[in-house]
Amino acid sequence: MSSKVLKIDNLHVAIAGKEILKGVNLTIRQGEVHALMGPNGSGKSTLSYALMGHPNYEVSEGSVTLDGREMLELEPDERAKAGLFLAFQYPTSIPGVTVANFLRHAVTNVRNPERKEGEDLISMRDFRKEMRERMDELGMDPEFARRYLNEGFSGGEKKRAEVLQLSMLQPAFAVLDETDSGLDIDAVRIVAEGVNKVAARVSTGVLVITHYKRILDYIKPGFVHILYGGRIVESGGPELVDLLEKEGYDWVREKYPEAARDEDEMEQHAAAGQLAH
Amino acid sequence: MSSASTMSPPAAGGFGEASFETFLKDRDEPAWLVRRRKDAFATFQATPWPKSSDEEWRRTDIRAFKLGAFAAPLRRQTSAADQTILAPLYDGMSAHYATGIAHLNASVARSADSSKLGGALFVDLATAVKEHPELVERYLLTQAVTPDADALSALHAAFWTGGTLLYVPKGVKVEAPLFSLIGLGGAGNVDMDHTLIVLEDGAEATLVRESTSLGRPDTPALHAGAVEIVLGRGAKLQFVNIQNWDQQTWHFSRERALVGRDAQLQWTVGGLGSRLSKVNQEVVLNGEGASAQVNGVLFTGGRQHLAYFTRQDHAAPHTTSDLLYKGGLKDHSRLVWRGMIRVEKDAQRTDAYQKDDNLVLSDSARADSIPGLEIEANDVRCTHGATAGRVDEDMIFYARSRGVAREEAIRLIVEGFFANVYDRITLEPVRETLRQAVAAKLEQRAETARNPS
Repeated sequence: MSSKVLKIDNLHVAIAGKEILKGVNLTIRQGEVHALMGPNGSGKSTLSYALMGHPNYEVSEGSVTLDGREMLELEPDERAKAGLFLAFQYPTSIPGVTVANFLRHAVTNVRNPERKEGEDLISMRDFRKEMRERMDELGMDPEFARRYLNEGFSGGEKKRAEVLQLSMLQPAFAVLDETDSGLDIDAVRIVAEGVNKVAARVSTGVLVITHYKRILDYIKPGFVHILYGGRIVESGGPELVDLLEKEGYDWVREKYPEAARDEDEMEQHAAAGQLAH
Repeated sequence: MSSASTMSPPAAGGFGEASFETFLKDRDEPAWLVRRRKDAFATFQATPWPKSSDEEWRRTDIRAFKLGAFAAPLRRQTSAADQTILAPLYDGMSAHYATGIAHLNASVARSADSSKLGGALFVDLATAVKEHPELVERYLLTQAVTPDADALSALHAAFWTGGTLLYVPKGVKVEAPLFSLIGLGGAGNVDMDHTLIVLEDGAEATLVRESTSLGRPDTPALHAGAVEIVLGRGAKLQFVNIQNWDQQTWHFSRERALVGRDAQLQWTVGGLGSRLSKVNQEVVLNGEGASAQVNGVLFTGGRQHLAYFTRQDHAAPHTTSDLLYKGGLKDHSRLVWRGMIRVEKDAQRTDAYQKDDNLVLSDSARADSIPGLEIEANDVRCTHGATAGRVDEDMIFYARSRGVAREEAIRLIVEGFFANVYDRITLEPVRETLRQAVAAKLEQRAETARNPS
């Protein structure tokens, strides 16, 4: 099997006219696990939303290619069909739509990219069988499939539902946006093991976005990047995780004064934005 | 008094005095009924036509409605052609429910299979007048709905044609759901259907009623109908009423249920069709321990205007009512809901709830929700609420990030929006009928969006 490449090149992204990402470069191959770490407001979530094509995130420069195909020209659903997946930090609930029904639509479209709306969904029998297997794998109660998507879910249930979708959609590349946030350590382990199983099964390239080391104890990255002031300032191996855990970001500040200025400004901006809400 | 505020001149043409005489002669009915009709006609003539200043008509403009352009339908034999028009829908409903009665153009076309009625009396109203006059005389337009409610009720009381009587004797429990199909098709353009449901003490039944247009030409049509429900002590009724007229049809309906002691009513309305609807749907909990659940699924498109006025009247202690209406609107359509919970002084320990949620799918559509409470008792629990919103962009993005295209995402979200009212309806074929009707209307939107003209 040929290995696909996700290539982010000089990506600049703004929200409401304010530039957040200032030229991000990152290359991920299928089967690799990358971790992206950085303080609050460094632009981590902006990167994940921009990759998926959220309309509020304006790309002013750069490119994102999946196996040579430009993603930035595609609608979010077309990116999903091309093999990109985002596990949301805050998954949206869709009242009245069951997990099973939602997933059946998603799986049908991702596996049949040429399908037109209104054409048949994948067979209910096959779908149910496959979903039950995946849920088993994640230690989920079959009853879960009948609940309305993310409606009244606990933090752990939401994240597990994201991993179930990842597992069913089998993307070439998955971005996990703070999938560990708000979870206790047991939940982190369960979710992480779920991700590992999928990644091993379909050789998904994984980008784990996180503040914390603990999820990386379970999903072991081969590559670690530090996002600071809207750009990736350091890339290395797993030793970077331990360094950040021990020393924090002070040394990053000192080493990259220009990025530190941008980082301060972004943090202030983010704080002002929060006040405005 | 300014004539400008009157929406239409009083009756003329087909609903005038001469026509009424012809109509009575044609009906050939017993004297007591003729007298009733004459009284109702006098009430109709004496009742002012709705004015735009009337609270119930402030948002609902019927100036374009010309009553004089219509005429009460005269009796006729249904033909083989009628049966052909009705067959697909009648056969479809027969597959889901035990047996049913069908009307086409205000005449009865199919009767229920009496072997499948489980002890109930279920006949068309003309037959009921002949064979069970005591029941009709006692209940028809005397208790639940009365001719003096407004001009259109009086019009209906004078000119009703077609209709059904469901009467379930004391203690009889009818297991299988029955149905009533009301169609306007071919050249037919007026329906004055009346639905009368009486359940004696301890009786149980389920009735699904559907009114629809069947291949009518692109010309105006009128339905002026009424629904009456009387439930005795401990009776249980599940009633579904789906309105799916074409968008040339004016729909006026006065609907009221009297729920007796410890009786339970579940009443679901589907409002999908018509050019303009003005419906009054009222439940009166007049026996201790009575309860009513009211469900509404409304969906409008084009230039449709649907106005629903609901009332939950608590007239006895320990009564419960729970109303949930959901509306979806697209294009230039409009939904008006005005709900009233009224609790009489003696109706202590009342538990009443009303909620109206609307999903607005177009900038040009508009939903008005006006909940209301009138409470005279002091030991009650009454809750109400109303919401109107657009399809949430975050939900759309979330679905799109999973490979679901925008239009399909919206379809899913809209379907989900109605789910909590579908969840209350235990009859799967009813849920499916409503689901399909909503999906079909959404689909029309997709087509107009693709081919703007």
